[in-house]
Amino acid sequence: MKELTCITCPVGCTLKAQLQQDGTVMISGNRCPRGAEYGRKEITNPTRVVTSTVRVAGHKDMVVSVKTASDIPKGKVMECMKELAAVEVTPPIHVGDVVLENIADTGVSIVATRSISE
Amino acid sequence: MNRREEDVVIIGGGPAGLAAALSAREAGCERILILERDKELGGILNQCIHNGFGLHTFQEELTGPEYADRYIQKVQEKKLPYLLRTMVTEVQVLDDGRKRITAMNRDDGLLEITADAVILAMGCRERPRGALNIPGSRPAGIYSAGTAQYYVNIEGRMPGKNVVILGSGDIGLIMARRMVLEGARVQCVAELKPASGGLKRNIVQCLEDFDIPLYLCTTVAAVHGKERVEGVTLTKVDEGGKAIPGSEWFVPCDTLLISCGLIPENELTAGMGASIDPRTNGPVVNDRLECSVPGVFACGNVLHVHELVDHVSAEAEKAGQFATEYVKKWKVEGM
Repeated sequence: MKELTCITCPVGCTLKAQLQQDGTVMISGNRCPRGAEYGRKEITNPTRVVTSTVRVAGHKDMVVSVKTASDIPKGKVMECMKELAAVEVTPPIHVGDVVLENIADTGVSIVATRSISE
Repeated sequence: MNRREEDVVIIGGGPAGLAAALSAREAGCERILILERDKELGGILNQCIHNGFGLHTFQEELTGPEYADRYIQKVQEKKLPYLLRTMVTEVQVLDDGRKRITAMNRDDGLLEITADAVILAMGCRERPRGALNIPGSRPAGIYSAGTAQYYVNIEGRMPGKNVVILGSGDIGLIMARRMVLEGARVQCVAELKPASGGLKRNIVQCLEDFDIPLYLCTTVAAVHGKERVEGVTLTKVDEGGKAIPGSEWFVPCDTLLISCGLIPENELTAGMGASIDPRTNGPVVNDRLECSVPGVFACGNVLHVHELVDHVSAEAEKAGQFATEYVKKWKVEGM
């Protein structure tokens, strides 16, 4: 049995995860279905949403915030950051625009989380 | 001097100001003006690029800029007027009960706005080093966590490479992760109290994920370095927060980030003579979010520091409604 803190929302439920004989994971202590999903993933394949920034062409001191469109394997987080360091976007940028596809070979896109007009 | 008249003036264009403006319009308020000091709307959310916002308001997990964008889009759709790069210096109460707001910006110069009601939505600021009595010299490399967050997330500059963080509030925890992701080394987070003030989820995803140690009952006893921070001496403290002699140790670093609490920004509030609650550092309000000065309403972190922006938005919506009701009553009855 393993004790986890759910990171899905600010409540931060304490989860108990138990690996069943059939290989599935039993989660208790969660107050919502998202907690159960988080707990199962955290035991079998931990994932994280990465939020960061990328450079904006023509602006020396401005970056635009981005995120992975969904969670990626935790082990890929630093590789994701490394790839993002080389990315530069050209405005205009809108919230939700895809900035880069298939980050760190995860199949997940990087999307902008804020807009830059000029 | 530029003069104008409004029904409701909202001071601050962050999450509180935006939600208050939208709800005031919804409630039927006609002349609304938002005054924002920064070059854009959205307030502190613009630099809070991490996710976890909006679970209550939108039933989905958004980043700070995305949460702000939802409100900014609505403000623009409804064509609610706002002035950017505009600093309010004073709010006065006129003899007839209306308010006079003195503000300035580059385009209009000095502005004098008369309003029936004012909504205070100025937010809060970080407790600075000067308020913490940290001994040592004053080298470069000491930042409040929020200032470092601005440099990294808005301007794309790194404040340092080797970091110690004092204070384990959420901003400190989130900056620990952010600095590591951007290639810095974070030596540790030191917390004066026996427990972290941050959310458990942030301890897990910002510290434990990156093996950053959190030292409780610990504070900075000295800052070393003349031109630039060269290290800090940490010390254990007893239950009363006093340093325990002999427990000190040296940690080399070039940067010290301070995340030791937020203080509501109430100079304007106190300046107009409104009562301030010493427990919250925000104005005293009644159950209509109205200060001791009639027709002045407060919401968001200027009233008290909130844990979640969703709660700020909900409170600000109420302030917008109450301010509008006040204005309508004022127009009918006079006061």
